[in-house]
Amino acid sequence: MIAEGGLAALWLAAMLAGLQLLLGVLALRRKDAAGEQAMAAIGPVAIVQGALVAIAMAALIAVFVGTDLSVKLVAENSHSAKPWIYKFAGAWGNHEGSMLLWVTILGAGGALVAWKERALDRATHVATLAAQGAIALGFYAFLLFASNPFARLNPAAVEGQGLNPLLQDPGLAFHPPTLYAGYVGLSVAFSFAVGALVTGQVGPVFARAMRPWVLGAWVLLTIGITAGSYWAYYELGWGGWWFWDPVENASLMPWLAATALLHSVNVLAARDGLRAWTVMLAVVAFSMSMIGTFLVRSGILTSVHAFAVDPRRGAFILGLLGLYIGGALALFGARIGQVRAGRSFAFVSREGGLVVNNLLLSVILGIVLIGTLYPLVAAGFGVRLSVGPPFFQAAAGPIALALVAVMAVGPALRWRSDVAEAVLIRMLWPLVAAAGTFALLLTLAGSMSVLSLLGLSFGIGLIVASVLPVTRRNWRRTPLPIWGMVVAHVGMGVSMVGMACDSAFTAERLVALYPGQATIVGPWRVQLDRIYPNVGPNWSALEARLTATRDGDGATLRPQQRFFTDPPTTTSESAIATHWDGQLYTVLGQQDPATGRWQLRLWWKPFVTLIWLGGVLIALGGALALGGRWFKGWQQRRREALWG
Amino acid sequence: MTPKSQRLTLALLALAAIVAAVLLAMSAMKDQAAFFYTPSDAQRQGLPLGRAVRLGGMVEAGSVRRAPDGVTVRFVVTDGKATTPVTFAGITPDLFREKSGVVAEGQFQPDGRFVATNLLAKHDEKYMPPEMAGKLHESRSLKP
Repeated sequence: MIAEGGLAALWLAAMLAGLQLLLGVLALRRKDAAGEQAMAAIGPVAIVQGALVAIAMAALIAVFVGTDLSVKLVAENSHSAKPWIYKFAGAWGNHEGSMLLWVTILGAGGALVAWKERALDRATHVATLAAQGAIALGFYAFLLFASNPFARLNPAAVEGQGLNPLLQDPGLAFHPPTLYAGYVGLSVAFSFAVGALVTGQVGPVFARAMRPWVLGAWVLLTIGITAGSYWAYYELGWGGWWFWDPVENASLMPWLAATALLHSVNVLAARDGLRAWTVMLAVVAFSMSMIGTFLVRSGILTSVHAFAVDPRRGAFILGLLGLYIGGALALFGARIGQVRAGRSFAFVSREGGLVVNNLLLSVILGIVLIGTLYPLVAAGFGVRLSVGPPFFQAAAGPIALALVAVMAVGPALRWRSDVAEAVLIRMLWPLVAAAGTFALLLTLAGSMSVLSLLGLSFGIGLIVASVLPVTRRNWRRTPLPIWGMVVAHVGMGVSMVGMACDSAFTAERLVALYPGQATIVGPWRVQLDRIYPNVGPNWSALEARLTATRDGDGATLRPQQRFFTDPPTTTSESAIATHWDGQLYTVLGQQDPATGRWQLRLWWKPFVTLIWLGGVLIALGGALALGGRWFKGWQQRRREALWG
Repeated sequence: MTPKSQRLTLALLALAAIVAAVLLAMSAMKDQAAFFYTPSDAQRQGLPLGRAVRLGGMVEAGSVRRAPDGVTVRFVVTDGKATTPVTFAGITPDLFREKSGVVAEGQFQPDGRFVATNLLAKHDEKYMPPEMAGKLHESRSLKP
């Protein structure tokens, strides 16, 4: 019954999404009483639609938690012996469920716009909701016609087939929802842009209304990407934190576009410049989200994320993609002439810096997009190739360094116009820091790659440059958004330092040991004490006890070879010891059949944790900016209420 | 600068940036893309020396040998028509076994051996990389 209820709620939500679109068109077309009524009705419709799809999602979670094996999706992806948290999160650990989660968050976003958004003029607000309804309608159709999560299985299965063991991790409860919420936040920015194109109201008011959505989406994407990167790092056991896998790029591309949008929307809000560009970026950012969804959900890629292999689904998403992106671009082309050019500015100015930032981000985005799609295009011509880390590092690395230089200088620039010589003087300390790091590394560590050497120097320089804007200010009077910028930029520098240290100083060791033997990796002596069996709720394992020691410092690590029965799979569970100056990463391999020795793969990764610490700082910076703006709005509203 | 001419400048700048991105990506692609080979491709087209490629096929039955160091594995990859000997130092994936599919990432050596830096064999028993499914199908259909 729960499943049928969920399906019914989904159908109703789909119809309301259609109604939302119709009401929006009616409200904008008709200036009479009917138009007025439509305008009044569209908000409540959006809220009810959000509530209905939330009910559908709750129904799916309920059948998963209760392991209702007469539901096909549960039988194929769950198991009664699974820990509770994975039954819950397992609801979206499959194709249909993850698409339902997608539209649920989309519905919630639309409801929030209808309920809370007051800054926009009414016509643009209605057009935004209509666009949101149009997006939702397409994805409802996809769910109902090509990926029904509530399909029944007759007769019911005796036992479920279980969840992919790689997904059985706390990360599953966290990573997909944050990433999707980020994607969907960008859908709201997209709808705002469409709404503004329809009504022609592109200006500071529009930018201020859109900014919190962009900021929120960007913060969630940052968290999602950071969490996903750490998850891949400890779960896959390869010691890497970013593989330039297409599905990773699928999350990076919207982030790059959102980062560019975040900066251009500030120019629009503060200086009324970059009007058309900001609208274009909002379209691009959500297009990247949809391309990401298409890449991951269509089944054209084989990866842990690709659940679907039904080619019709791929064609369906591709159709939706073409419809929305093509439609938005056509609207852009037809309407952007109506949007007047914004205010102009000198090249050496904050605006100028932000334009360069946007261009460099767009170039990186283009490179990642080409590298991700090229193999698919080439496959269409019968050429089979893969594009991996060497390509992305060679092509995007230099641009990223240039971007970091602009990041360092940008906050020191004045709005409208500035003097180049003065800027150079303001950049004295960061330049000294970067040059000092560079010289120090050159003398101490001779054999670094150019990219890590420059990355480390630029990262240190960026950290110094990023704190400059607050050094001469009264800290208590500095607005939160400024703090947000400082923290986020410092986070970027911290992350870069971590990446450069990881690629330059990692020590790796691959050995086969008898219990009792020891080996050396970096500053550590690691001894294999013994191997013994261990059991968990739905797995059994062989576990190694490793004792690691270095001068006055020690750690015990327990990497495992884990065997799951449903489905029958072996996974390597790495064990990681975190120290202030890095992580010791250990993986247990197989037993050598001839001699009985055990394979061990060990890494000492100095300062690798800075990569994710930087990611957390970046997200925190965004959250501070968002909180600061929200607080200011709240203060203002309270003042208005007090003074009548 | 008037707003209108500034807009034009920005549009041109954006266009230049896109062109630069495409050129940069294409030149890097020429050097860095890893092409997919089967043993018969390598035999027919000559060895692609000095660049990262992927080698795909089946692990030949009875070919897996472990070196005395306990971490190096030698095996033979076959596509039914030709074979390539492969060396790999590392922990082999869980699904790496004889008579099942494998994709090795690495480089060909002048003597025809393939030194792999990474082996891919998916956790799913049914998994076969799309490029490999196609290639093996070709070589099978070419057989009399």
